Amino acid sequence: MTPRRKRMVVIGLLVLGMGLATTLILRAFNQNLMYFYSTSDVVAGKAPTARDFRIGGLVVKGSLQRLPNSLTVHFVLSDLKKEVTVTYTGILPDLFREGQGIVANGQLGADGLFVAREVLAKHDENYMPPEVAASLKHQPDATLTR
Amino acid sequence: MFERFHQYAAPLHFHRLSRKLSPWLFGLSAVLFVAGLVGGLVLAPADYQQGESFRIIYVHVPSAWLSMFCYMVMASAGAAGLIWKVKMGDIMARASAPLGASFTFLALATGSLWGKPMWGTWWVWDARLTSELILLFLYLGYIALQSAIEDRRAAARAGAVLAIVGVVNIPIIHYSVEWWSTLHQGATVTKFDKPSIDVSMLIPLLLMALAFQVFFFAALLVRARCEILEFEQHTAWVRDYLRGGRKV
Repeated sequence: MTPRRKRMVVIGLLVLGMGLATTLILRAFNQNLMYFYSTSDVVAGKAPTARDFRIGGLVVKGSLQRLPNSLTVHFVLSDLKKEVTVTYTGILPDLFREGQGIVANGQLGADGLFVAREVLAKHDENYMPPEVAASLKHQPDATLTR
Repeated sequence: MFERFHQYAAPLHFHRLSRKLSPWLFGLSAVLFVAGLVGGLVLAPADYQQGESFRIIYVHVPSAWLSMFCYMVMASAGAAGLIWKVKMGDIMARASAPLGASFTFLALATGSLWGKPMWGTWWVWDARLTSELILLFLYLGYIALQSAIEDRRAAARAGAVLAIVGVVNIPIIHYSVEWWSTLHQGATVTKFDKPSIDVSMLIPLLLMALAFQVFFFAALLVRARCEILEFEQHTAWVRDYLRGGRKV
């Protein structure tokens, strides 16, 4: 083997080894790398109970309720399979809308109500002008409406 | 043909080629920048959800793409320097690092500015944002390593190994939004499906991406020229060139 060949093999092995090691590490810490739990995970009891965690999902259309004379809101989060009711006191971000994805940080109460300390809007990957969005709305979209 | 190509792997000829090419590339990128900015900031319609704020995409997305592309250039050039002992490989790797760091910083900064009004926070530790931050640290580590080691040959070797090891981060950045749940949205353009962005918004984005790409190559050529002069400062042709005695 020429020295050049040898260097090529060594570098190839280096890349392969690093790739393998990283894959194993990432797989081992897979749960910790998840930024939020889905509502199905929470209903199935996979989320921690004694400490804060994040829950993510779509705000079910028609579920947002504002309590009079306060900043407290109730809404239902869904991943199209299971639903979790969230309560939050504070100012919601601009992109918070029914039908949109959000991530809430807080604790799950014993009654299954998620008390959020912080609500972040999760933007989706779709970009379009308002007219296009309006014309899409005319198509039936019953998935998220109650 | 191969001989011609091989010729430009030598610093002297590369220096000459770079001086010829870079003004044209800068000119081309300026034209593309004007077209992309007018298209993106004036002609493209506002987004149905985000309104005018979405326009930061025209800086954020190209710089994020370039931050990864530039890293691949740096790592491949470093590998070429290691394996084939091509001097230009070492020079290109060294020249691309500060450019990549700038693009990464730009992507992180613009993303943060957008995140505050849209998400409701400047920063979150989700997989996409964290892996991009690691990319910035990889660039800074590479630059620090280059300045820490006096001998340029040794510095290039050490830097190339660091750059090659760091390549593992690139697929992580790209797929982070698919592998894990992140606050950052999924891919809009770089996926196998149809891009989920309206054509009127997509065309300026692609123009801006091209402008960034051409600008990167132009700036890389200029930086490489400077690196060549420093690398080769003891050779006769550089001394002649710097004295202005010889046209190279």
